[in-house]
Amino acid sequence: MTDQPEDVTASPEGGIPAPEVPPTPADMPPYVSAVPGRGALASFFAPIAGFGVSFGNMFRPSVTEQYPREPANVKPRFHGRHQLNRHPDGLEKCIGCELCAWACPADAIYVEAADNTPEEQYSPGERYGRVYQINYLRCILCGYCIEACPTRALTMTNDFELAGPTRAGLIWEKQDLLAGLSEGMLTPPHPMVEGTTDVDYYRGEVTGATDAQRDWVREHRPDDPSLDGTPEGLAAAVPVGETRAAQQKITAAARREGGAR
Amino acid sequence: MTIATPPSAGAPLVPSAPEPAPVVPAATVDLTIDGMPITVPKGTLVVRAAEQLGIAIPRFCDHPLLAPVAACRQCLVEVWAPGRDGNLAKMPKPQPSCAIECAPGMQVRTQRTSQEADDAQQGVMELLLINHPLDCPICDKGGECPLQNQAMSNGRTTSRFVDTKRKFPKPVNVSTQILLDRERCVLCQRCTRFSREIAGDAFIDLQMRGARQQVGAFDTQVLDFDGDAPVGKAAADASGRPFASYFSGNAVQICPVGALTSAAYRFRSRPFDLVSTPSVAEHDAMGSAIRVDHRRGTVLRRLAGDDPQVNQEWVTDKDRFAYRWQTADDRITTPMVRRDGELVPVSWVEALQTAAEGLRAAMKAGSVGVLPGGRLTLEDAYAYAKFARVVLGTNDIDHRSRPASEEETAFLGHHVAGRTLEVTFADLVAAPHVALVGLEPEEEGGVLYLRLREKVLAGDLSVTTVAAMASPGAQRLEATLVPAAPGTEAEVLDGVVAGSRGSELAGLAERLSAPGAVILVGERLSAVPGGLSAALRLAQRTGARLAWVPRRAGERGAVEAGTLPTLLPGGRPVADAAARAEVAAAWGVERLPGAAGLPTEQILANAWGGAIGALVVGGVEVGDLPDPKRARTALDAVGFLVSLEVRRSEVTDRAHVVLPVAPPMEKPGTFVTWEGRPRPFPQVLTTTQIADHRVLDRLATTMGSQLGLGTLTAVHDELGRLGGWSGARSAAPAVPASAPVDVPARHAVLATWHLLLDAGRGQDGEPFLAGTVRRTSARVSAATASDLGLTDGGAATVRTARGSLTVPVQVVDMADHVIWLPTNASDCRVRESLAAVPGDVVEVTPEAQEVQA
Repeated sequence: MTDQPEDVTASPEGGIPAPEVPPTPADMPPYVSAVPGRGALASFFAPIAGFGVSFGNMFRPSVTEQYPREPANVKPRFHGRHQLNRHPDGLEKCIGCELCAWACPADAIYVEAADNTPEEQYSPGERYGRVYQINYLRCILCGYCIEACPTRALTMTNDFELAGPTRAGLIWEKQDLLAGLSEGMLTPPHPMVEGTTDVDYYRGEVTGATDAQRDWVREHRPDDPSLDGTPEGLAAAVPVGETRAAQQKITAAARREGGAR
Repeated sequence: MTIATPPSAGAPLVPSAPEPAPVVPAATVDLTIDGMPITVPKGTLVVRAAEQLGIAIPRFCDHPLLAPVAACRQCLVEVWAPGRDGNLAKMPKPQPSCAIECAPGMQVRTQRTSQEADDAQQGVMELLLINHPLDCPICDKGGECPLQNQAMSNGRTTSRFVDTKRKFPKPVNVSTQILLDRERCVLCQRCTRFSREIAGDAFIDLQMRGARQQVGAFDTQVLDFDGDAPVGKAAADASGRPFASYFSGNAVQICPVGALTSAAYRFRSRPFDLVSTPSVAEHDAMGSAIRVDHRRGTVLRRLAGDDPQVNQEWVTDKDRFAYRWQTADDRITTPMVRRDGELVPVSWVEALQTAAEGLRAAMKAGSVGVLPGGRLTLEDAYAYAKFARVVLGTNDIDHRSRPASEEETAFLGHHVAGRTLEVTFADLVAAPHVALVGLEPEEEGGVLYLRLREKVLAGDLSVTTVAAMASPGAQRLEATLVPAAPGTEAEVLDGVVAGSRGSELAGLAERLSAPGAVILVGERLSAVPGGLSAALRLAQRTGARLAWVPRRAGERGAVEAGTLPTLLPGGRPVADAAARAEVAAAWGVERLPGAAGLPTEQILANAWGGAIGALVVGGVEVGDLPDPKRARTALDAVGFLVSLEVRRSEVTDRAHVVLPVAPPMEKPGTFVTWEGRPRPFPQVLTTTQIADHRVLDRLATTMGSQLGLGTLTAVHDELGRLGGWSGARSAAPAVPASAPVDVPARHAVLATWHLLLDAGRGQDGEPFLAGTVRRTSARVSAATASDLGLTDGGAATVRTARGSLTVPVQVVDMADHVIWLPTNASDCRVRESLAAVPGDVVEVTPEAQEVQA
């Protein structure tokens, strides 16, 4: 285009061409199909040719899933129920910032934060989530919350079996949502790794609980099962939450009813 | 005004304040902003003119109540102004619109029309954000943060900053309540300007230079608050030391970032959680507008509301932080009746029946006294007044749970009741001179102090205080001290005569004679024989206006509602038959008791003696009475005791029937300020508790009378029907000034007043606020100290026949032969320990041992 806008009607090559008048039906040539015609044999079997598809599938592997008899296979990025993750030393990643609750279009999340103290440090930094609830009666599993989470504390699992006979059973609390301990972790509360800040945690520079942290836990909670570091101990240190355990029971019962072995 | 009045009624009992007349500017200025023409009063700042046009210029340091400072540079705009030759010329650099006044013919181009202004604002925002941490997720300001909002509206979408941000250890405890995150600070200086220009007390200031510049607290010596050190320890910081301010919460509220936060609200919630309700503070008679934020039935914070007529945008820390008393663990939630010495929860029906039977029996045997307490709303006080007269048939009703006198009763009837809005905040700020008698504005009504100080700093107002010493608050008001030992105020006031020999007093007489001058008297003057009479005489002599400033939120409303032994609602004297007939007609009863009732002390004495068979007690704290021990004996001795209380108290512990009532956050109502201004407030929380007037209405029904005060509307309708009193007022008190007392050796006259923050039950459940309470000390002058053998920093034992107190001593400049003590500090409860009122002579001996300060 030139700097000066030109008069469209004055220069036909630059402007929109004037619409042509459509031809009348009488002027049009008769219709001719572009698909070549069938032979005589094909024309004869044409009415039952469709059965061939069904017949052919009898010899192919089945895609029907035997859910609930067998566990369902969902895609890895399926948006299932939430999980609150932990740093490698066992401290919680959640800082109680409520951004998930803010982002939630269904108002399904309720968070209350509190101060970490030297005696009770649950997450790196000053603040942790004291109360964390997700109401699965409201949650639409859209995943806005996990996008909003600034510390990757909140992620979604592939578990979608969230149904039960009571409303209360679908309000999951913090202990139901928190991930279990894995190797190298200690049950919080315990102090942060010595000489680190919350930023070091976010950068992934903390790789596991240190001896100083273990000593602290030993001093304050000598019976903590996570101290021995065995898988049994780690499992015993963080018992499954009541609501989650109830849901697991309901799900297992439904599976059995569905014929699961 | 929400007190609805039926169209037929005259002036309501407490009429609302008229809308202030719009200010007509002396001169106006025409200019254009973004091409839009606007006319504004001369002296208007460009940023305000833009606001009027709906143009939002980003800003941080700008605050309408603080002087312009142009510290943050966020509000830069392009300005074209006519030069000397009259031709429009562009100012060479962008100008801060918060500090530049509108000029005739000026053309302002904001970020909306000027690329230059937009670039400048984006650049400033980028610089401000360089060292601002990315901790919005844990910052209390997140979601209501001007920096967050304006970085979104006027900043870059991505950061170009790749280096390490400046870090400070966080947070610094400026006091137990106020926390400072220095790395979040954008150095707008709102907080330091607030403490300098508005509160005037030791706080924080800018320190260091360049990139290391930060807000911090210097040493005590620099900030000069010796003697007012807070009780709580602030956390150690490199340079910071504790401070004691009654207004520090305002700095948190005006901080445009999360640099200043309060420990009480730290990490408690997010703005989207909160439901906000406008309300009125219940701790003093100022009627400060506040905003109450609650989440799921729990109040999480209170903020200052904006009311230019009353508290502007400031409230005291007590109004802001002290709200947990209303949800304390000792809240009474069900009616209770005493059975076999134990209070047992019962149904409302049973409790009301028991109360009605007990009161009826007492009425047959003798009479019943009513002590409503001084913290009621107007509606509740009115219900007490009507209940006492109509149901109990007595005038033995007195809301004053503090030292009071017959003289004060007469003064209230003559000068206060029914004369609302005669002296207002507007009159104070327009006055050339204000004399304070028996009143500490900072301690007894924080907002009053702020309003006075604003005008003192502007040079429009001078203040005189008649007191034993110039308190820190009086010093910050630059008040002239007229020294008067407690008890001699009447004598001093009578000496304020133009042309008298004492040049000081003559000068005061002259200043009070200036048109618009005001004399403010506090509740303490009631304990001085002849004090209020002398104040009336002084007002008459000089022509100055006289106003009474009570300390409690409900006192003025109670005076208007008629909860005094000699007053019916609206200032109608009980002694006046016409007034009685008028009220009786409005209440639909044949006649009202005509004999004057008894004041609080006398009611308690008669209850002890048996002449009064039963008491109905509202929110009375026994420790507030002049002699708590005697009051306790009376409450123990009285035949039947009904208590209407929010929380368990010494009265409920002795009561036969306890009826729970709602605290201010759980009921709608109206507080009446010291000016007589009604301050209606709505109910904040949903509740099952009911207000006092509804409880009294039900109790009356149970006793066979109809009060007709079951709803707020019913009360308001009745207040409107009743209206004010146009008849003769009761006579002025004429009590002569008493002769000065002899102070024997090793004795001193007691001066004492309540501090804003003390051991009051309204501040329960607030550990962070309690840490900012001022340290207790007894104050004496140097001469008195040497007479009594006291040393600065030593300790003294103050003794009366009733008991003794040991407190650290501080030598200050004050009247001789006087010792000052805080009335109700947690470690110095004057009434409890000494049963003494201001003006009493107490024995003072030095204490050998050092008292732990």
